[in-house]
Amino acid sequence: MSIDWEVVIGLEVHCQLLTREKLFCSCPTDFGAPINSNTCPICLGHPGVLPVLNAEAVEFAIRAGLALECQVRERSVFSRKHYFYPDLPKGYQITQYELPILEHGKLFIEPESGAARTIGITRIHMEEDAGKSIHMDTGATLVDLNRAGVPLIEIVSEPEMRSADDAVAYLKALHEVVRYLSVCDGNMEEGSFRCDANVSIRPRGQAKFGTRTEIKNMNTFRGVQRAIEYEISRHIEVIEGGGAIIQETRLWDEGAGRTRSMRGKEDAHDYRYFPEPDLPVLVLDPAQVERLRGTQPELPAAMRKRLVSDYGLSPYDAGVLTAEPVLARYFEAAVAAHRNPKAICNWVTSELLGRVSATAVDACSVTPHGLARLVALIDDATISGKIAKTVFERMMETGRAPDEIVEAEGLRQVTDTSAIEAIVRGVIEANPVQVSGYRSGKVGLKGFLVGQVMKQSGGKANPGLVNELLDRLLGEG
Amino acid sequence: MDVTTLTLIELRDALRSGTVTSVEATRAYLNRITAHDDAIGAYLTVDAEGALAQAAAIDAARAAGQSAGALAGVPMGLKDIFLTKGLRTTCASKVLEDFVPIYDATVVERLRAAGVVVIGKLNMDEFAMGSSTENSAFKKTHNPWDIERTPGGSSGGSSAAVAARLTPGTLGTDTGGSIRQPAALCGIVGLKPTWGRVSRFGVIAFASSLDQVGPMGRTVRDVALLEEVIAGYDPRDSTSSQREVPTGLADLPRGADLRGLRVGLPREYFPESGLDPQVSSAVYAAVEQLKALGAEVKPVSLPHSPLGVAAYYLVATAEASSNLARYDGVRYGHRAKADDLYGLYARSRGEGFGLEVKRRIMLGTFALSAGYYEAYYRKAGQVRTLILRDFEAAFSEVDVIATPTSPTTAFKLGERMDDPLQMYLADIFTISCNLAGLPGLSLPCGFDNRGLPIGLQLLGRAFDEPTLLRVGAAYEDATTWHTRAPAEPFVARAGGAA
Repeated sequence: MSIDWEVVIGLEVHCQLLTREKLFCSCPTDFGAPINSNTCPICLGHPGVLPVLNAEAVEFAIRAGLALECQVRERSVFSRKHYFYPDLPKGYQITQYELPILEHGKLFIEPESGAARTIGITRIHMEEDAGKSIHMDTGATLVDLNRAGVPLIEIVSEPEMRSADDAVAYLKALHEVVRYLSVCDGNMEEGSFRCDANVSIRPRGQAKFGTRTEIKNMNTFRGVQRAIEYEISRHIEVIEGGGAIIQETRLWDEGAGRTRSMRGKEDAHDYRYFPEPDLPVLVLDPAQVERLRGTQPELPAAMRKRLVSDYGLSPYDAGVLTAEPVLARYFEAAVAAHRNPKAICNWVTSELLGRVSATAVDACSVTPHGLARLVALIDDATISGKIAKTVFERMMETGRAPDEIVEAEGLRQVTDTSAIEAIVRGVIEANPVQVSGYRSGKVGLKGFLVGQVMKQSGGKANPGLVNELLDRLLGEG
Repeated sequence: MDVTTLTLIELRDALRSGTVTSVEATRAYLNRITAHDDAIGAYLTVDAEGALAQAAAIDAARAAGQSAGALAGVPMGLKDIFLTKGLRTTCASKVLEDFVPIYDATVVERLRAAGVVVIGKLNMDEFAMGSSTENSAFKKTHNPWDIERTPGGSSGGSSAAVAARLTPGTLGTDTGGSIRQPAALCGIVGLKPTWGRVSRFGVIAFASSLDQVGPMGRTVRDVALLEEVIAGYDPRDSTSSQREVPTGLADLPRGADLRGLRVGLPREYFPESGLDPQVSSAVYAAVEQLKALGAEVKPVSLPHSPLGVAAYYLVATAEASSNLARYDGVRYGHRAKADDLYGLYARSRGEGFGLEVKRRIMLGTFALSAGYYEAYYRKAGQVRTLILRDFEAAFSEVDVIATPTSPTTAFKLGERMDDPLQMYLADIFTISCNLAGLPGLSLPCGFDNRGLPIGLQLLGRAFDEPTLLRVGAAYEDATTWHTRAPAEPFVARAGGAA
């Protein structure tokens, strides 16, 4: 007997927002500041302090919500979630509970296996992050509160994913969206993009969900894939072995390649939520929401479509160019400066990405404008494609503009017919054997003669002109 | 001249005219504290050195012709719930016994900007939880009218200090009556402003949706002056109101009448039992006085008032259980020795908090716990709405509501310590005003046969402090209760029934 199991997965994703200040105080949020230096009485939970909501964080949350086609609540409420832990200074986290700022969104996914489709987003709420606990071998715990109070959004999906591939596709699509919006840097290892997965299985056709487990501590896409696959097979094994899944939270152990129990339902906290009395109800002006909607940046899926339809790029190239927001912006800036998207695409994908990583193109010494200019020089026959590669090298090394390099190094293509004709005549005279061989039908020898001419011109002779002259002069003989 | 006999406004004027310097005034108050505070027990901390230095600086600035603030040079003790930068702030709790704040509360900042010299910190019930100041972890405060009796609470150190002339005026906080009840029991004036009128930033939180800072003083005009200094929007408190603060309240004309004013008497505040007949007759007499000044008096009804105490003790304890979670021994405050994290929490909090605070944390934790939230906290919120609607209906017919502040005069120290419920009922007339977020004023309106003061409470519409102060000033101008002072040296009164 073999049961056809259906897997049910829902994801909760926490994104740290890239605001300059924390959610409820004006401490900076920069990563890597000295321990406990980005703190003030408010985020340290001193007596008497009160939270003041960061308007930029609200704007970032709305931007994410709009990109995920959420409904924006005109009135949303912050609540306190209570638990004791040394990295939670107030003994409660300010979060949104009953009435979150965003609801009812969706995200289109294209998983490696299975059908491309839309996954529902239940809600997105805003909350503050806790600090960081560092557990020492001595048994001591050190607390760094730099992160305490950094704004987060938690994006909760519907339980609509059916495989680890679905989950990874969802996560990648979400990752791409928040990074395109510049609301989150998406760094999974530093924890600014964190994912918890709720996994359960049920016999296909059954309406009722199976008992779920929640997996935490997955720090890479690959980790998410492996952890969910492990957990699915664990569920199947336990149930088919006659056992029952216990509702619990499990930690993914990347090294061991397995999940292990962290805390069970019976240890679940009673968070004692209640509305935060120190903050008024968050009331959003619909006009402000519409203004944000009107200034949303283009999202990667839309951009890929446009690159194919408007620029005639292949879907593959469109994918490469939009893999990183900075790369996409680089490409767009270059095309804006010289409208030859196909050639620019080739230069970007082959030469540029051959030398710098996609995430670092914005810091590259070849600027989008410089690259555009280089392509323009080829297009107007100022230089040949071959010389252009030399110019590109120089640009990488020196950061100078291509026109400057061409002039300074005398790389301008020679299109003066009489100058080239002189070289061609010289080559014909100097190579009588090859010339007569060519005339007697060994047409392949022409390449040799072209090569000689190019060599003597220092590569600067216009190749079309060289061919034309050779044909005429060899015909005269 | 003994500068400590001056009202706050008189002292301000004397400082302005140069008849007295800030150093002289500060020294006079410090001397009185030395002479009398052993009997009263109002101060937890006295900062003589810091105060005299501050006073000297203000005198020097004034001598140099620099413009001085509204209260330049006035010495003042403050309830130990207000954070004072560099000056120990305990909230009368062991958990904060050695806590020295690194910032000033907004109200302290505003007082300092007006030129107030902070001379020390005043006793209170621990975390403002109580009605007798007996819940202080450090000392008892005695009522200057009879030192065997309570000064009320939680701002009992403040009310006793004003009545005993150990400060010319001060600020308190009022969550369920903590300004008005001690003001009534000590024969002084106390104003609990509308919720949101005064910033709560830097005020140690008890129950955030109920807490409000307000002034206490010897006269209504003194209180009005302080209110003008501390009130107004604070960008650090998102719940503070952006409404403008009316000015000139301290300069109300003398001897004004009250023609056109409608005063409501809610029958629920004059119950057959539980209200001392001497208190009710003094309040009725005060109402007659308002009538004599031209006011029209009408009966009104606040039918949901009887639910107030129950709703209050759910909301207040729930919010307190949350607000006090930060005192965990991790970052500051009392930290017990322990072997593990749970032990650190349990012992630090177990040793740091007093009995009443623990009782309320447990009550509040229960009221918020899963499965009970709906029945308790949410239901209490619904009761608040009903109580507010009662007031709105009443205020469509009248301009102010007059009631007793406290059902009894000052009770004996120790008398109610074993009966928390009896103690909670001391707040029965003051609580609804906090639940509805409305302003309330208590002012002296008589004495009982033991010579203990009685307070009249006036409740007003949201942000209508000006009307309360105008009515209070007119009443005060027509009466002399506020001019009486307790006899010195401060002793127990043998006279009267037990």
